[in-house]
Amino acid sequence: MSKGLDMTAMPARPEFEADPSQDVKIGDAARPLSVFERITGNAFLRRVFILIVLAIIWEIYARWLKNPLMFPSFTEMSSALWDSIAQGPLLERTYTTLRVLFMGYAAGIGLAAAFTTLAVSTRIGTDLLSTLTAMFNPLPAIALLPLGLLWFGLGIPSLIFVIVHSVLWAVALNTHTGFLSVPETQRMAGMNYGLRGVRYVTLILIPAALPSILAGLKIGWAFAWRTLIAAELVFGVSSSSGGLGWFIFENRNLLETANVFAGLTTVIVIGLLVESVVFRSVELRTVRRWGMQR
Amino acid sequence: MCVSRSVINHAIRSNMKHVDAHDEPLLNVNGVTLQYKTREHLVTATYRVSFQVFAGQRFILLGPSGCGKSTLLKGIAGFLKPVEGSMRLSGRVIDKPGPDRMMVFQEFDQLLPWKTVRQNVMFPMKASRRLDGAEAEARASAYINKVNLTKFSNSYPHTLSGGMKQRVAIARAMAMEPDILLMDEPFAALDALTRRKMQEELLHLWRDTKFTMIFVTHSIEEAIILGSRILVMSPHPGQVKAELNAGQFDHASQGGREFQALQQRIHTMLFDQRIEQETRVIHE
Repeated sequence: MSKGLDMTAMPARPEFEADPSQDVKIGDAARPLSVFERITGNAFLRRVFILIVLAIIWEIYARWLKNPLMFPSFTEMSSALWDSIAQGPLLERTYTTLRVLFMGYAAGIGLAAAFTTLAVSTRIGTDLLSTLTAMFNPLPAIALLPLGLLWFGLGIPSLIFVIVHSVLWAVALNTHTGFLSVPETQRMAGMNYGLRGVRYVTLILIPAALPSILAGLKIGWAFAWRTLIAAELVFGVSSSSGGLGWFIFENRNLLETANVFAGLTTVIVIGLLVESVVFRSVELRTVRRWGMQR
Repeated sequence: MCVSRSVINHAIRSNMKHVDAHDEPLLNVNGVTLQYKTREHLVTATYRVSFQVFAGQRFILLGPSGCGKSTLLKGIAGFLKPVEGSMRLSGRVIDKPGPDRMMVFQEFDQLLPWKTVRQNVMFPMKASRRLDGAEAEARASAYINKVNLTKFSNSYPHTLSGGMKQRVAIARAMAMEPDILLMDEPFAALDALTRRKMQEELLHLWRDTKFTMIFVTHSIEEAIILGSRILVMSPHPGQVKAELNAGQFDHASQGGREFQALQQRIHTMLFDQRIEQETRVIHE
């Protein structure tokens, strides 16, 4: 037993040193990826592929169903979309909707910035923001529409009122959370350089909290887009030119189901474009490039 | 090379003695008590600590965890006001953080991730409005070169290793050419090999520019190698235990008798203190 534990009793194994310079050529240290590997490695192409597959499934199902009044096929929808763009009012409707949306979105972000500034600079401001967010964030913006109509009448102001409500709390909450999670070391480094007040916020806090701020802006955008389409569906046209929601509502009344699908597709496409083009390119240029987000 | 280095060292040391004897202290810490609040306690981190740092010194704050050495450094940086005593830099009372005392932190996230290495080094110069444009650029390049990172000037911090990040942080602090460089265990989170390399580089940089630094560490070995003067502190609350000279040691003298004697001496100081502490706790 004790013999087995005796280290000296173990057989001595020879030592050696390798000389890597003597090695024969192993081969290429790096090889270019094949075309297939490159295509499957591209996230954009993979997503386009998914969209194409969905469109094919849609087409096959609709042709099998043969009921264009309830469920038009992809090709019927596409031609309806093309007609609405070329001759119909779709572009104008989209423009009306986007114009209102940007006004509301910008106003919401401005208010969120004001609230967050108040929240980071004073303790009572922090309490105010957390209380208001806890109260209003769960409240669906569309539920405020009747009140908006009562206060601002039938028109753009009441639409902006509900959009601001849907954007403000999401953006303010995310931005504030982002500011709170800036690492202590980066804060101290910033103060060490003599940065105070507005310069400290713009040069240290905002870039350091950018992942959260962007997340807030994305959520705010989605909320605003949903709220606006829903609000337009509820009270339809405000003046001569209605929005996308009104386009959908109007065509349902006329039983132009392909046009309804065309309107919905426009809503989806704009949502996808803003998400995958605007926000994605901002992310690629900032937080991803800086290694703050994967 | 060895000979020339020791000659240079000797020249520096005699030069420094001259400085010590005649000049006013650069930093005068006088009877400083520092306290901070946690959720439940008011903690006294240091109690009536006094010391002086002279220009060109490599001043080490050494002690076990809980001796308030990091808190003391934050006090000197201006993040914390003393409840008692005073801290003066070139005669002026320290009351807020400022770019005349550049701090290097232990954490790797001290670099701003949205700026490249070069932009990080230039940022304090621009932010404090000391230098701008081509001048800042030139100085940044010079200091990035000093820490051997010229190839990585345009890289973002997340692509660098821990040791490289700390080198950028050191270059960033040194490029400001501050009155005093404050280093809060900058090498503590590095692996042993990188740490040793960084220590050598820091000493090399010091031989180049003779900056004044306060360096916080809990490693006796690091204190003796890097420091020209060591302030040994005892914990709970932090108080001054001793002030020792260690200017004659570097990595080459690590195995030597004198080095080991000093190491043993400091070890005894800290170790005895710890036993005393423990027995006191038991008696209470």
